[in-house]
Amino acid sequence: MSDLFVTLRINGTDHALSLDPRVTLLDALREHLHFTGTKKGCDQGQCGACTVLVNGRRINSCLTLAVMHEGDEIQTIEGLGTPEHLHPMQQAFLERDGYQCGYCTPGQIMSAVAVLDEIERGVPSHVTHDIGAPPPLSDEEVRERMSGNLCRCSAYPNIIAAIRDVSGGAA
Amino acid sequence: MIGDGINRTEGPRKVAGQVPYSAERRDAGDPLHGFVRGAAIGSGRITEIDTTAAEAAPGVRLVLTHRNAPPQGDLADLGGLHDAKPELVDDRIVRYGQPVALVVADSFEQARAAAMLIEVSYDREPADFDFFAHAGGGEVQDVSAVGDFEQAFAEAPVSIDATYTTPYHFGHPMEPNAAIADWRDGHLTVYLTAQMLNQLLDGLALTLMLDKADITIDSAYVGGGFGSKIGLHCEAVLASLATRILERPVKLAMTRRQMFSLVGHRAASQSRIRLGATADGRLTALGHDAHVQTTIRDDWREPVANVARALYAAPNRLTRRSHVELDVGAPEPVRGPGELPGLMVFESAVDELAEKLGMDPVELRLRNDTQIDPEKNRPLNGRRLADCLREGAERFGWDDRPIVPASRRDGDWLIGYGVASSIRSHWQMATDVRVRIDPAGLVTVQSDMTDLGTGTYTIMAQVAASALNVPVEQVQVELGRTDHPKGWGSGGSWGSGNMSVATDRACSAVREKVFAAAGKGFNDIFAEVRRHFPNGVEAIGHTIGANDDPNYKAYSQFTYGASFAEVGVDAYTGEVRLRRMLGVFSFGRVLNAKTARSQLLGGMIWGVSAALHEGGDVDPRYGHWVNGDLAEYLIPTHADIPAIDAIVLDDFDEHANHMGVKGIGELGAGGTGGSVANAVYNATGVRVRDFPITLGRLLPGLIARG
Amino acid sequence: MKAFSYDRAGSVNEALQLAARPDAKFIAGGTNLLDLMKLGIEAPVHLVDINRLGLDTIEPTAEGGLRIGALVRNADLAADMRIRRDYAVLARALVSGASGQLRNKATTAGNLLQRTRCPYFYNTDMPCNKRRPGSGCAAIGGLSHNLGVLGISDACIATHPSDMAVALRVLDATVEIAGARGAARTVPMADFHRLPGETPHLETALREGEMIVAVTLPPPMGGTQIYRKVRERASYAFATVSVALVAREGRIERVAFGGLAPKPWRVDANGSAGEVADAALAGARPTPDNGYKLDLARRTLAAALADAVRLEAGR
Repeated sequence: MSDLFVTLRINGTDHALSLDPRVTLLDALREHLHFTGTKKGCDQGQCGACTVLVNGRRINSCLTLAVMHEGDEIQTIEGLGTPEHLHPMQQAFLERDGYQCGYCTPGQIMSAVAVLDEIERGVPSHVTHDIGAPPPLSDEEVRERMSGNLCRCSAYPNIIAAIRDVSGGAA
Repeated sequence: MIGDGINRTEGPRKVAGQVPYSAERRDAGDPLHGFVRGAAIGSGRITEIDTTAAEAAPGVRLVLTHRNAPPQGDLADLGGLHDAKPELVDDRIVRYGQPVALVVADSFEQARAAAMLIEVSYDREPADFDFFAHAGGGEVQDVSAVGDFEQAFAEAPVSIDATYTTPYHFGHPMEPNAAIADWRDGHLTVYLTAQMLNQLLDGLALTLMLDKADITIDSAYVGGGFGSKIGLHCEAVLASLATRILERPVKLAMTRRQMFSLVGHRAASQSRIRLGATADGRLTALGHDAHVQTTIRDDWREPVANVARALYAAPNRLTRRSHVELDVGAPEPVRGPGELPGLMVFESAVDELAEKLGMDPVELRLRNDTQIDPEKNRPLNGRRLADCLREGAERFGWDDRPIVPASRRDGDWLIGYGVASSIRSHWQMATDVRVRIDPAGLVTVQSDMTDLGTGTYTIMAQVAASALNVPVEQVQVELGRTDHPKGWGSGGSWGSGNMSVATDRACSAVREKVFAAAGKGFNDIFAEVRRHFPNGVEAIGHTIGANDDPNYKAYSQFTYGASFAEVGVDAYTGEVRLRRMLGVFSFGRVLNAKTARSQLLGGMIWGVSAALHEGGDVDPRYGHWVNGDLAEYLIPTHADIPAIDAIVLDDFDEHANHMGVKGIGELGAGGTGGSVANAVYNATGVRVRDFPITLGRLLPGLIARG
Repeated sequence: MKAFSYDRAGSVNEALQLAARPDAKFIAGGTNLLDLMKLGIEAPVHLVDINRLGLDTIEPTAEGGLRIGALVRNADLAADMRIRRDYAVLARALVSGASGQLRNKATTAGNLLQRTRCPYFYNTDMPCNKRRPGSGCAAIGGLSHNLGVLGISDACIATHPSDMAVALRVLDATVEIAGARGAARTVPMADFHRLPGETPHLETALREGEMIVAVTLPPPMGGTQIYRKVRERASYAFATVSVALVAREGRIERVAFGGLAPKPWRVDANGSAGEVADAALAGARPTPDNGYKLDLARRTLAAALADAVRLEAGR
């Protein structure tokens, strides 16, 4: 089967590519465009290391094809901040040591940014006690919502502390 | 400077996603992509392998099988870390998932698709895959005996005789094992995610039949290790074979599912623990018989029974190990080798004894504390186990514990507290570090050491900055290359000891050179270097190995900790949830308070995982890993981990080394799993002796109690 | 993953035409399909992207219910105020499934069509009647602690992994299907998933070339709605047992179980939690590994009912 042309809009810049339709969004980012901040931890939606924002919503980039994303706004860790100008969430992860090896970290950070937005928008979660009410900004809510991002170094307590620093949320 | 909780020096780049891990390295240019096809059977022979369709598939450059793989070094009879690990040697299959072919293609998608086109036929041969069918048995090895255990145990007024099992565990770092191998101009460079480069270089050179000088391994950034990147595995070997044939760089990354069969596992274990005590809780007999899985070919035997050897005093002691050789692949060290499963079960047995004695489990541990190694009769330097237990009990509020099991409720939750001790041997390995001062104002520290997320980059910069009295920003640490001075890499909790000692010594040696040229009265070392050493000045610092250090014969070197856990168990369903946890640790000097705490917390969560979540299942008929992905092999999520804390009793262990430093990579896990298991018992009155404590194991007991 | 052709459909009709080719498959969220394609378990020759068809709204029906477009994402469905207010069991089931990332992508139709998580189905080296009809079932006699106890057969003991489907079953939802020649039909949730019998590879009532276009909820039934999911870790894991419950004044009105069977296991029985559980579990055929699920199902139902009583008391 022949390659397909697709334009991916990543961190505000268009990238024209000719791609095997089998290429996932994750592999397009990593192998074709060298946005290697987005990580491949399991390649089957079971770890969250590949989390990116598409049209402002977090998804697992390993379980979607690049050719399906023509016209979408894709944001990766590289678009969030740079080592010299870190996004507040990146800065909080740095200060709280919300990582060790750093491999799941971009996914955790992208997810964390999205989680705060989801709570702000009132999206409920498994631990929202009153499903009809806006969810509270609590550690319990943040933990549940971050559970799609595994960390084998197990930096979980520090990640939650970092997110709390950014959100100003109570425990 | 030393001890300060500064942010990781590579941190800004890590949180920005700008650190290149092995499979992301661009140094060799665009690589070809490999994909491994694994054996579909657990034991037998390949009768036919048809690669025609794969070879004809789009983009395919190479299909390697045992029929066309180049000659490699021989597999050792009892292979260790430095030995050859040849791949695709012959038609023999010794474990499920063993590589039977490598496909290399222009793209990852092409290689993966072509690998599926290879037709393989097998002859299955009888095999033994079932660890739990072998209760004990096998040759008894690694025996340590003091006094007359059997008699003392028989005569003990109070005793416990309980058998526990722990399952197979996997390291599963979030970065899967991966390599880019690049053969050019007669030199092989392997960008490999690895823990201990020195050994890997030996093994890879023997495998490829190359001179070590013709190979460079580069492992600058490592996305977690936990043991799975210690051994030489097929990604390095196969990518290297392929790049030599194709003369193009070849990338080969394991899939997560392949990580189960292409990397080793922690052996499953069975432990019979027998404890005898006086009525007032003094241990008179301490016995731990461990039985572990291994294979016919490999030399790693999980030292499960060793943990009890210096943990508590008892005049009569017997600890030993037997093993069974199975066809499930080689066990390898996984974080907390021996002590993670060993302490989890041993500290469960101590809890059972406390229950039988009607004693506070903290008090029982304190009563059997010792400052003398009970088997080697020499001091246990820096032993502050009692301080860890007391400090932890105080801070955790242990006095408030439910003394009677199953006596406290919070709504539908049954509440329990548990405690366990931790101990980890401290070891030191011969290590060299180079320190160089450039006139431009830069200190460079070089080693073949790796940073798995342990904080090595940061602590080495702190040690060098402190020794040379320069700002840490002016120290550049360069790790993870085999052409740097050699050490023993990351593993065995020895990294911080090895590295801080050698780095400090190298700094001293450089400073001596500057003193010799400039005298001692200067303020700015860079100014003196500019004046006296226009081309820079450097020196090597050395850490002597424990075997050559008299302190390691005069003292028994360990690190210590205590863990306190509170769990809730749903009275209806038996779901277990950790509610809070505290660890208190003593390990000599802290090099960086922030990264040390992180590593301890991470270790503690490994303990939680071992108690409640993790376990690899082998199908006894087929020999494959049944729960072979991260949806089925469960590790904790954020939601499983509430607020937990780790406290460090900062110290300086002058008998460990002149820096006062010991390691913590394994200590955090230590006996943590035991504290969780004991809390589950305290909550429910149900003792589950087979780990992890799953619904199916806990619920029957819960129902039986009514 | 085998090579495939990729087409983006602009309309339902175009999608159905493209899917009329042999070995064609729709892709929407892709969260299950792409995983299975990478492993070689699914191998479509033609992939038809239906993400731009619309079908992503939740509209009131004339009868007073809601019609949920096939492409409404799980996260959006769970967040919809009408669902949270009037069909709380559905909202609760949705948020107990998968992860935030997956729920943002997974669709209503795709969730219904997801395939089993039986580990023997997932391993292509193992015989599996679902994957290769007639090859046998390696799960039988294998490690089966999280496999089925109800509705299973000698050919297959897999369970259906969806949480959402269990809630839809208890709510008596119907599935709206468009056919190749424009024919539309509806199938009640009760009949949508099939039991394996001798043909475990046939999983749903969907025929070759058909497409789910919507799921319709009847008018709100009120009551206290609970979804209680039990699993081996606190989040991001498939159910061991789950219970979708509608209770009123402390009595069970409707209940369905997840995690036990190849389809959501609805039981129409009255009485105490124990009596309802007895009725539900009649004819269960546990393996040596998963007998605990019977006790767990019983106790989870009791827990769900206790939750409902508490919730009612709190009002």
